Amino acid sequence: MRRSWRLPFSPWHLLLMPLALIFVLPLVQMVLTSFMSSAEINQFPPRLIPTSLHLEGYRHLFAETKALRWFLNTVIVSGIAVVAHLVLCSMAGYGFARLKFAGRGLAFVLILATVMIPIQLLMIPTYLMFARIGIVDTLAAAFVPWLASAFGIFLMRQFFLGLPVELEEAALIDGCGRWRTFRSIVLPLAKPALTTLAIITLLWSWNDLLWPLVAISDDTKFTLQVGLANFQGMRRTEWSQLMAGNVLATMPLILAFLFAQKKFIATMTFTGIKG
Amino acid sequence: MATTFAVTPRTHAKPVSAQRGPRGRAVRRSLTGWAFVGPATVIVVGLSIFPAVWAFFISRAKWNGISPGVPVGWRNYQQLVQDPDMIAATQHTLILTAIFVPGSIALGILIAVALNQRIRLIGFYRTCIFVPYVASAAATGILAGFVFNPQFGAANDILRHLGLPQQQFLESRHQALYIICLILLWGEVGFTTVIYLAALQDIPRELVEAATMDGASKWKVFRHVTLPELRPVTVFVAVWQTITAMQLFDLVYTTTRGGPLNSTQTIVYYIYELAFQTQRLGYGAAAAYFLFIATMILSLGVILYGRRRGSEVF
Repeated sequence: MRRSWRLPFSPWHLLLMPLALIFVLPLVQMVLTSFMSSAEINQFPPRLIPTSLHLEGYRHLFAETKALRWFLNTVIVSGIAVVAHLVLCSMAGYGFARLKFAGRGLAFVLILATVMIPIQLLMIPTYLMFARIGIVDTLAAAFVPWLASAFGIFLMRQFFLGLPVELEEAALIDGCGRWRTFRSIVLPLAKPALTTLAIITLLWSWNDLLWPLVAISDDTKFTLQVGLANFQGMRRTEWSQLMAGNVLATMPLILAFLFAQKKFIATMTFTGIKG
Repeated sequence: MATTFAVTPRTHAKPVSAQRGPRGRAVRRSLTGWAFVGPATVIVVGLSIFPAVWAFFISRAKWNGISPGVPVGWRNYQQLVQDPDMIAATQHTLILTAIFVPGSIALGILIAVALNQRIRLIGFYRTCIFVPYVASAAATGILAGFVFNPQFGAANDILRHLGLPQQQFLESRHQALYIICLILLWGEVGFTTVIYLAALQDIPRELVEAATMDGASKWKVFRHVTLPELRPVTVFVAVWQTITAMQLFDLVYTTTRGGPLNSTQTIVYYIYELAFQTQRLGYGAAAAYFLFIATMILSLGVILYGRRRGSEVF
């Protein structure tokens, strides 16, 4: 035996325990602070646990800002983004994987080329374009760029390329049209890919700040991220309010993550491997 | 794929389409194809290729978006490389990238190796470490403003417990950039870790076992078996995180707004200010093109470097 004594637990705990706390405690503090009174927050040393449950952070947030409206806007924008992504990207992915038609190669190369172009380059002309067709300052400005993405098309195309064609052939021979074959045979098989696409679209569209910040200046049309970012800059910061807003902005996704952790992690892994 | 079409019965079985002849069939086929890919293609291409080309024309004009633009040729670009604000923004962005990319790779590998152990509480650790990745950068920035608040934030409280002097953090022009880098790491390491964890689990068990049987120490196995296996993933992670760092905006907007004294102004933040705060659209578009090219060159550099290193090892 080389080692004469052993820790009663694996030494990895000495690394993981502090790390885990560093990653999760700020979020715990965020939630707890949202239930504190201003007096409790503005003391040093700071306290982690509120003495009693104060709801004034939330009360003030909803009374003084349009946070509820922003929350609803975010739900609408992300909801449309997810549904449109699922429909349009799965259709396009299937088309590129299975159908032969004039212009397919060109269309695919063009889509491939867009992957390199960052939003920062596009935001100025897109803003001007949207201003010209009159959708700046509407929710449409926030969700139109989220209707489909090159990433989504690739993801679905890769998935369909991996599916055996025999199933579809049988349906086609039985007289099902392309569309019906796609709807009733192929899509039900694509559930794992669709879940991944839904999660990634939800994550990216819910958390997006730069584009909606640029496209929307009417505060009834803000998404939560834009609303909070601007609200924070506008006034002498009332931390309980800000933390309440933060809870509203992050908790839906955090809860979804906690409940569907395996699917989220599979999605993140997939992004890494295919992205 | 060709065979799929050869057996497509519609064209053979239906007399109507047979009468249309091969041309009619081809048209019909193209219509079906475009019905599937058309909507997504129009959105993706229309919202990127077209604006990207337009952005180039805008970048060669002096324009505030209201009065007609004046073409100025390459002058915006010439001005850009001499603009002290742009140079400073580029420096800040590069410093961020230079710390963040290696940092997130090293931390990602370390945490992934730790999470790959079969020990108790591993599920709890995994959840804790991944959760920040789901939180938006905007919320993370606001939360960071609270944690690093010099008067009553938790960070200074910890320093006090350790007997260290109190710091100004985001309100100090010497510290703010590094604090932002730290916050970015906190928010992004979960992603890197997930990818490394998956890569670690993909390494064939026999490879590690064979090395161990040959008497290699744990460290040696890690250094000479595990790390080389992770190289392709590392190239991907490096490119991805380089892009993340080069395009950083959200965190800066919700922590310092580029301050104090412009010390955390990044390229994207500068572009945002130019185009949407001071309405210098042409100049902003030129800066955006500069960022696009710089990001491409850096990413290509990372890929080439990864390839070269890879060939030395194998």
